[in-house]
Amino acid sequence: MTAPRDTLRRENARLTARLGLMTLGSFAFGFALVPLYDVMCTITGFGNEKALARAADVAPQVADESRAVTVEFVAELPNVGNWEFRPVVGAMQVHPGRLYETEFIAKNLTGHDTVMQAVPNLAPRNASGYFHKTECFCFTPQPFAKGEERVMPVRFIVDRALPRHLDRVTLAYTIYDQSIRAGLR
Amino acid sequence: MATHTHTAAAHDDHDHKPHGWRRWVFSTNHKDIGTMYLVFACTMFFVGGTMALIVRAELFQPGLQFVDPQFFNSMTSMHALVMIFGAIMPAWVGLANWLIPMQIGAPDMALPRLNNLSFWILPFAFMLLLGTLFVPGGAPAGGWTMYPPLALQAGDSFPMMIFAVHLMGISSVLGAINVVVTVMNMRAPGLNLLRMPLFVWTWLITAYLLVAVMPVLAGAVTMLLTDHYFGTSFFAASGGGDPVMFQHIFWFFGHPEVYIMILPAFGVVSEIIPAFSRKPLFGYESMVYATAAIGFLSFIVWAHHMFTVGMPLAGQLFFMLATMLISVPTGVKIFNWCATMTKGSLSFEPPMLFAIAFLFLFTIGGFSGLMLAIVPADFQYQDSYFVVAHFHYVLVPGSLFAIIGAVYYWLPKWVGRMYDQKLATVHFWLSAIFVNVLFFPQHFLGLAGMPRRIPDYATQFADWNMVSSIGAFGFGFSQLLLPFIIIKCLRSGAPAPARAWDGAHGLEWELPSPAPFHSWEVPPSAAVIERGAEH
Repeated sequence: MTAPRDTLRRENARLTARLGLMTLGSFAFGFALVPLYDVMCTITGFGNEKALARAADVAPQVADESRAVTVEFVAELPNVGNWEFRPVVGAMQVHPGRLYETEFIAKNLTGHDTVMQAVPNLAPRNASGYFHKTECFCFTPQPFAKGEERVMPVRFIVDRALPRHLDRVTLAYTIYDQSIRAGLR
Repeated sequence: MATHTHTAAAHDDHDHKPHGWRRWVFSTNHKDIGTMYLVFACTMFFVGGTMALIVRAELFQPGLQFVDPQFFNSMTSMHALVMIFGAIMPAWVGLANWLIPMQIGAPDMALPRLNNLSFWILPFAFMLLLGTLFVPGGAPAGGWTMYPPLALQAGDSFPMMIFAVHLMGISSVLGAINVVVTVMNMRAPGLNLLRMPLFVWTWLITAYLLVAVMPVLAGAVTMLLTDHYFGTSFFAASGGGDPVMFQHIFWFFGHPEVYIMILPAFGVVSEIIPAFSRKPLFGYESMVYATAAIGFLSFIVWAHHMFTVGMPLAGQLFFMLATMLISVPTGVKIFNWCATMTKGSLSFEPPMLFAIAFLFLFTIGGFSGLMLAIVPADFQYQDSYFVVAHFHYVLVPGSLFAIIGAVYYWLPKWVGRMYDQKLATVHFWLSAIFVNVLFFPQHFLGLAGMPRRIPDYATQFADWNMVSSIGAFGFGFSQLLLPFIIIKCLRSGAPAPARAWDGAHGLEWELPSPAPFHSWEVPPSAAVIERGAEH
């Protein structure tokens, strides 16, 4: 009776260990979904805002004078405290393939030194693969002194390959308080 | 090691059991642990039910009458967390503890100490969760789905909720590991896998789902925690994260989770219907394969919970079609149960009544689920009361009715006494009528455009909300009959025979009633298995 009981105990221990490993595997898989999600976003072109927040490495293009696209600019301030934040112009007519520059104005009215991070978003979503920025204040966190006001440039090219049915895209920036992450508070 | 074999030997010489609080706190007996799980689940069912009644009281009429919106949102969020993790899941683990060893001819669960641990984690998890009601900022109010950034804006309740979810997760994964090891290694000799009762089969598949997805939830809430306190940006847009990713990870857990709550119900119904139809279950093997198919499909449909957040057309089509595919194995099950009843000698004792109501009402929930699977329609139904009606139809007359049916079916075996069947029939009819008064009008509300999770609404929704609230109070108070019937049965029920129902088959009915504290210490013989394992 002892022999089979010992075998059973060993088998139970072995299966328990295997299931324990499965559990750890599932836990790791949960974290593996993070890079997998980025890969999926890159493939599908959905939600790949990270590409928008990096300087685009884009080959020079010949401007397509025959086509005009409206680019609108939006500035948003969700629970970031007291800020002034707006685009200098609300919209621009652009030709695909040409480099343009516009500016956003931000003023820190929070009453202390802080760091802000602007996060870009582009609508409609299927245009996001065709909007290249060569210079943007959103690439890095921006330190602001108390009461400081700054004019910040954005340089962009709308790709010639932008689907023909799109004649209007909206570039929106949302600013967030990064002072905790930057260790200021 | 030596001391252990000694105690094991001492246990062999009969119904010796420890007395007083030690019996429960140090318990390694599957029946005692099963009882504790069921008592815990019943308690949480009434706690969560009270929260639901607060919600329905506020919604009885338009306007704000009883609670402020923040507390209302806490109630909807806490109701879900308490019912899912505190009532339904522990009730299934309790039933698994009581039944699986008896049904497979094993003396106990394979890992009895782990079993004790997985139960005793739960009270601490719920002390943390319910404790959030008393901290500054109130209980979590961002929904049980914990979507960031809203979930991160809670007060002190946030870390308590996260740690409570961690503990619940550890508890259910330990319970699941125990079930798998028990079923794989502890079956009586000669009882091969395809002769096991369906409750054991469905639980085996449920256990694998739990091991696969509960740790993913643990990962997701850990990421929330580090986003909030340690400056990571998994979901924080300001640091380059994406809140939509949380939804993907959450529902990768969340969809299998809904099958975790319903698969054991399929098992229970597959045992009750043959017993009261006095016929073997129709299509036993197809039931097993259908359960496995549902288990597999549950991993590839998660995004149907979030069609409106935006995804490529190909993704929408894939998730829509995969979701609809689930109705094939589910249909196999429904038709098998109907075929089992066809030309059977039916009788309508309380367990059978609950099983038949399950069959009807779960199917209604399944159909509204199919409607929600259609992408363009879902854009209309999303976050409306139609969704609330759908998931309550599959969870209340689905999982909960199956749990109540299981209690009424096996109670005579557990306690050795028969309960008041007349009163239980009254309990059934009150439940079956009021559950429809409660949830059916919510379909109309949703189709008319009433959003979920709101404490006040436009007056056009007033009538059906009032009907729904009346149903809620009727249903809630009818459930008090369940503990009453159980207590009455314990005190003064007539002695029950070993085979409490004449059509009941299975190894548990080969044991005397009440089931002895230690059962199947000698495995059942081939002849007993032959008699018991008739499907």
